[in-house]
Amino acid sequence: MAEPIRKITPEEDPAPEREPRLIGKPFRRVDGRAKVTGATRFADDLSFPRMCWVRLVRSTVPHAVIRSIDLGEAEKVPGVLGFLTGKDFPIPFGILPVSQDEHALCPDKVRFVGDPVVAVAATTEDAAYEAAWKVKVDYEPLPTIGSVQEALDTPEPRIHDYGDEGNLHKVVSMTFGAVEEGFAAADEIFEDTIWYEGNTHLPMEQHSAVAVPEDDDRVTLWSSSQTPHYVHRALTKVLGLPASRIRVVACSNGGGFGGKSDPFNHEIVVAKMALKLGRPVKITLTREEVFLCHRGRHPVLMSVKTGIKRESDGRVSITAQRLQTALDGGAYGSYGVASTYYTGALQTVTYKMPAYEFQGVRAFTNKPPCGPKRGHGTPQPRFAFEVHLDKIAAKTGLNPADLRLGMLAEPDTVTANWLRVGTMGLGKCIEAVVAGSGFRERWGKLPPGRGLGLACGSYLCGAGLPIYWNHMPQSGVMIKLDRSGGVAVFCGQAEIGQGSDSVLAAIVAEILGVSLSDIRLCVADTDLTPVDLGSYSSRVTLMMGNAAVQAAERAREQIAQAVGQQLEIPSGRLVFADGRVFDATDPDTGLSFQDAVIATEARFGTLATTGSYIPPRSPGKYRGAGVGPSPAYSYSAAVIEVEVDPATGLWNPLHVWIAHDIGKSINPVLVMGQVEGGVYMGLGEVMMEESAFRRLPRHLSNALVHKFPSMLEYKSPSFADMPPVTTYLIEDPDPQGPFGAKEVGQGPLLPVMPAVANAIYDAVGVRIDQSPIHPHMVLKALQAKAKGDEARFGPKAFPEVDFGETLLVPTPAQGGDGKAINDFKDKLRSGMRSASGTMMSREEALRNKKVSVLTTELKGAR
Amino acid sequence: MLRLPAFRFLQPKTLGEAAAMLAGEPEARLVAGGTDLWPNLKRRHQKAQTVVSLMRLPELRGLHVNGGLRLGATALLADIETDTQVRARWPSLATAIASISSPPLRNMGTIGGNVCVDTRCTYYNQTEDWRRSIGYCLKAEGSTCWVATSSPTCLAHTASDSAPMLCALGAQARLVAPDGEREIPLEQLYQDDGIQYLAKRSDEILTDLLVPGEADAAHCRSAFWKLRRRGTIDFAVLSAAVALWTDPSGEVTRARIYLGAVGSQPVAATDAAQFLIGKPLTAETLAEAARLARKPAYPMDNTDFQAQWRGTMVVQYTEAALREAAGLPVERLAPRHLPVVAG
Ligand SMILES: Cc1cc2nc3c(=O)[nH]c(=O)nc-3n(C[C@H](O)[C@H](O)[C@H](O)COP(=O)(O)OP(=O)(O)OC[C@H]3O[C@@H](n4cnc5c(N)ncnc54)[C@H](O)[C@@H]3O)c2cc1C
Ligand code: SF4
Repeated sequence: MAEPIRKITPEEDPAPEREPRLIGKPFRRVDGRAKVTGATRFADDLSFPRMCWVRLVRSTVPHAVIRSIDLGEAEKVPGVLGFLTGKDFPIPFGILPVSQDEHALCPDKVRFVGDPVVAVAATTEDAAYEAAWKVKVDYEPLPTIGSVQEALDTPEPRIHDYGDEGNLHKVVSMTFGAVEEGFAAADEIFEDTIWYEGNTHLPMEQHSAVAVPEDDDRVTLWSSSQTPHYVHRALTKVLGLPASRIRVVACSNGGGFGGKSDPFNHEIVVAKMALKLGRPVKITLTREEVFLCHRGRHPVLMSVKTGIKRESDGRVSITAQRLQTALDGGAYGSYGVASTYYTGALQTVTYKMPAYEFQGVRAFTNKPPCGPKRGHGTPQPRFAFEVHLDKIAAKTGLNPADLRLGMLAEPDTVTANWLRVGTMGLGKCIEAVVAGSGFRERWGKLPPGRGLGLACGSYLCGAGLPIYWNHMPQSGVMIKLDRSGGVAVFCGQAEIGQGSDSVLAAIVAEILGVSLSDIRLCVADTDLTPVDLGSYSSRVTLMMGNAAVQAAERAREQIAQAVGQQLEIPSGRLVFADGRVFDATDPDTGLSFQDAVIATEARFGTLATTGSYIPPRSPGKYRGAGVGPSPAYSYSAAVIEVEVDPATGLWNPLHVWIAHDIGKSINPVLVMGQVEGGVYMGLGEVMMEESAFRRLPRHLSNALVHKFPSMLEYKSPSFADMPPVTTYLIEDPDPQGPFGAKEVGQGPLLPVMPAVANAIYDAVGVRIDQSPIHPHMVLKALQAKAKGDEARFGPKAFPEVDFGETLLVPTPAQGGDGKAINDFKDKLRSGMRSASGTMMSREEALRNKKVSVLTTELKGAR
Repeated sequence: MLRLPAFRFLQPKTLGEAAAMLAGEPEARLVAGGTDLWPNLKRRHQKAQTVVSLMRLPELRGLHVNGGLRLGATALLADIETDTQVRARWPSLATAIASISSPPLRNMGTIGGNVCVDTRCTYYNQTEDWRRSIGYCLKAEGSTCWVATSSPTCLAHTASDSAPMLCALGAQARLVAPDGEREIPLEQLYQDDGIQYLAKRSDEILTDLLVPGEADAAHCRSAFWKLRRRGTIDFAVLSAAVALWTDPSGEVTRARIYLGAVGSQPVAATDAAQFLIGKPLTAETLAEAARLARKPAYPMDNTDFQAQWRGTMVVQYTEAALREAAGLPVERLAPRHLPVVAG
């Protein structure tokens, strides 16, 4: 088991406290030059002698049994080398141990238009396309499901033969504290029903993968993947080869945003095909196929109910909240179980909430599978919550900023659902954007058609638990030093454009006092680098960063020992800076870094150090407690100004002020880039982006297709649509983060969508309770308002769902121990309700499960 | 990547040679900038054994200004949009062209290709795989129009931004065929059919577009408004092109109003235009004319935005274009829909 990160106390500090030279300064990203000159080799840039191409034949029907496959015509196409079908892939896979429901090629049944059925290899891409077109698949159609409501109404036939019930993949219900009592004690109850449409990641780079076979049944896969380690695991399972014979290398990703964090069919197919044909095999997806791989934002219908109390000092406080979410999951599990929990988990970390109930349901539908997109499962409920709060502010007459400032969650506390909040900079974030935008003076006072909206958000700095249960480090870094003076750093993390390479290099360079150009990185290679779980859940800077700090400090200690001995000065006095190792009291006495390493290599032999990181344990022990914990939470607040044309409903964002609690910036330029990118993506979601589907008239056709799987018709904002952004970085170093750093990859997206909805209300006085906000919705709401009807556009009701008996978890304030009091498997609704509840394997979860005693206290509270 | 199908590519050097090639091969397709044709071939909308390029024909090149404006069919959109004389004398045409797609596409795309651009529909502008999964549609290889299942014709919408403006300005089109040539008002190049949207034979080459001098800014007030989702790249989901001629007293003597993307051809809002004749350009008359423009427009659910809302927008956008042409202040929110033609 790895050592915890060593906290350096002043006594043992090897050098006097020094201002960091690199950390916190704007330095050029280490891969920047290669990216802008085109030198970066993305997966599609790779080419190998004798390489051939694969094209996948994808289902053209939404739900059907495969009757037969006819390869006759396809085989005749010149250049065709071979085929694979579902028969070649008897073993299923999936990112979560609890949802092993995908096959590289469908064996018997297809579940959405785009499900891969056959793989064709040919000597040229053209021939592969032509042959793929000539493959004939005969389908026996099955009824289709296009929405959560349809899934509720149609338990049979099932899209999958597993899941909690019928076509419901997952049903969760958890109650933290005395929720009904909270509602009873409230001065006022607010209820809203809110809809958030699905959308997709739209990375510029389409997924691409190349597999190269080697002797002895070995294979290497280069892929545009955020999670090479998980791809490695899936390949091991499906190919039935020892993990040691499979090597996965993640190339630089041309954007990921969560869309490249699952193991994908095409990756497994090329690996298998390479082994079958004995030659390199490549596939690059078309843009349409990227839309079909999806794993994007779940469409979620939400119902939120909050009780509030007016305090004597004018503040408003929350007495209890109930949140219900219904997720349209698409055709496969993907991260969906986690996504479901995430729609509930982070509601508690922003504002004080003494009692909280969360009920979520995820349905299978015949559409491309949803999964994690920037903010994974949290933007939808955050949108609902922040719009809901704006209504509470309007009703209670409080300024929306004051409302929030008066109910902030406190630092160093544990929430009702057992998340440990550490540093908490939301108050400072709110103050920053309120001051910057003139919110107090201007909100509610702008001329008609102009408005300001405020909203907040919070996100994880890495999921506390890995995707599969284990006790090993979640990130490992290895440093190799030798007489060249160069520093080679090895880590399994994947650079997806977010700048993780730069963070890794900077941390090591800072600690060893060398320049960035002395560092050579080797990353995301399962053969060569220590495991890092991948670029998801905003975990890399914190987890990899801590592992890098440990590895670099160990190297520094060794060098200091050797140099101290050679120069006959106490090693504690040595400073590592400017490419030298020298005496703090007499800077002229010292060695160049290279000489220092030579001295160390002579003294200790070949040099390498490692660092590991495992997050602290979370206090939550109930089933489902695995989703939500994180070593730290980042916070953001945004104010957005909009203009709205009441005659057309058209609206534009005019300016965004956003503040982000980053803990400490490793590189403020990269941080700002992530903030602005998050704003851009968030604006895209609320302005226009939607994964919409078409179903043709049922009496004429069974079709159910993605409405516009193309970059022209799936609308995402362009340069011309992006308003100016003013960014404030709030720095309050978090003890859990390397140099105090927290995440920035996902959090800043969260406040954007609700801030816009709230701004539209300020501008024209109508509520759009859904995202994206299309002009026709604004116009409709304005017309309703003019007629004296409810000035709102949004969903009417949350569907009837039987959430079964809820899991009762006493809160910390109630003296709970983090466990549920009624966790009896038989008492929870269906036997199919997976015992794990989280992402660990079923067996593991069962082993861990302890039966707790039902206390009368909480039972009474229900 | 989507693959282009194999075809024979011919590059004639004179118009005569080109006409002869077309005469010999009736199935051959013309290409100019290829910004419409190549993507369409990749998606197998159009099939072609032979493609004849017009880009080497000297007769079709360039733009010429004297009394009027003569645009060679292969004049590049970027060249027209940035031409100082075009901007000064036919500013609304420059605006319409500047609103087409994006700079890279305007550097490749031609005006001839733009007026001949294929009609569009979200059931149709998809890959062949996608279309196979809906069983195709009337426009190609299918038998049902999914936009209106009882429709015997295809309702794909006209996509050209220059066409409604050129029609409003009263442009003429010259067509050359192996057996002769003809010059017609541009609106007669179109017909109300999403499939056969051009009223010309496949062996006729569009060689020139002639915009009359009397449609220039000295004689005519004109404006172009385009509704689209984003500030660049997007095709119109509605456009309103207006040209107004007034007498010295300020009364309208002639009016031409064409709408884009709400029919299979540029739609003439004749009632609206007729209504204005003999009237002054006041806010009230323009508002009434805009209301009359709603009727001939048929926005269908085959492009971006809700179709019903686009219908409402016909009135709003026509009114905005009319007000701009009349020199009245325009209150409509426009920034994302109207490019600024940089000075
Ligand atoms: C992403 C994208 C966005 C776009 N946005 C817009 C937009 O906003 N507005 C818009 O109007 N268009 C848009 N277009 C369409 C297209 O780029 C333009 O219409 C362009 O002007 C077409 O010109 P071209 O020379 O490239 O045509 P081509 O592709 O070469 O030809 C188009 C068609 O016209 C025929 N043709 C070409 N020249 C002649 C001729 N002289 N005589 C007879 N037939 C001829 C061809 O056979 C072909 O069928 C867009 C295209 C793309 C790919
Ligand atoms: S309008 Fe109808 S026939 Fe025409 S392209 Fe669209 S769906 Fe096909």
